[in-house]
Amino acid sequence: MLALFVGLLLLVSLFFNCLGVLSLYRFPDVYTRLHGATKCSTFGTIFAIFALLLYSFARFMAEGESRFLVLFIHVVIGGIVLLISNPTGAHALARAAYRAGILPEPAVVDALEEANKRKREAAA
Amino acid sequence: MFVLVISFFVYLLLSWSGSMSIQEVTIAFLLAVAVSFVASGSSRPGFWSMRGLDPRKWWLFFRYVFGPFAAGLTQANWDVAKRVITGEINPGIVKFNPRLKTDAGRMMLANSITLTPGTLTVDIDDDGVFYVHSINLTSLTPTEQDVCGTFAQWARRLAG
Repeated sequence: MLALFVGLLLLVSLFFNCLGVLSLYRFPDVYTRLHGATKCSTFGTIFAIFALLLYSFARFMAEGESRFLVLFIHVVIGGIVLLISNPTGAHALARAAYRAGILPEPAVVDALEEANKRKREAAA
Repeated sequence: MFVLVISFFVYLLLSWSGSMSIQEVTIAFLLAVAVSFVASGSSRPGFWSMRGLDPRKWWLFFRYVFGPFAAGLTQANWDVAKRVITGEINPGIVKFNPRLKTDAGRMMLANSITLTPGTLTVDIDDDGVFYVHSINLTSLTPTEQDVCGTFAQWARRLAG
């Protein structure tokens, strides 16, 4: 029963991670690819974390060994670190790409370019 | 103070293995003091500032993460998953001003936006204007509600 639920969660995780990989091929430019790569893998990783949490909690309840509780706590901390570092890394990549002069292509609107242009004209 | 408390508990949680001894707590406390002294040199609120330790704020933050944030994350993930398969995108960078004054609030909102699939914070200028790359724009000048739903209201409530 436990194996079934854990397996189900891992399957969902695998599905989202596969979509993340697929998005690297499907999307046209660096920003849209960042969406696919970081976002689908976030949700995939969250489900992998849920699977681990469920497994360690169920084993702890069944056997009462403290090492499963230790595993549980470490996975919770890992999840929190992931939720902070993932968007920070994605934002750093996007900002670096923009500063390096890579414009979003295609894009229907680019408010940042307009703002930068105004700033350059004001400086000139 | 915030860094001291957090690093103290994180150390204890990481080193805990079924039982706790007084030596471990002492080492955790000493290391936390060392870490927070190093960290307080680079942050504006001083060492004794109690900012960020209000339990009501933490409870509110907890409710935000498991309530509207989790709901938004699930919905947006499903939306982006469909876009990966169908390839229907309408990308662009839009701007909006959430009127957040503190760095903590801006960080929280930017991380929430970036973690939500389909939106990505590219830059924040000095006035706190957010430039957000969105994978599917519904309008060229969207409101705060269009970009991040209720996230901005929550960020204002949690960290001004």
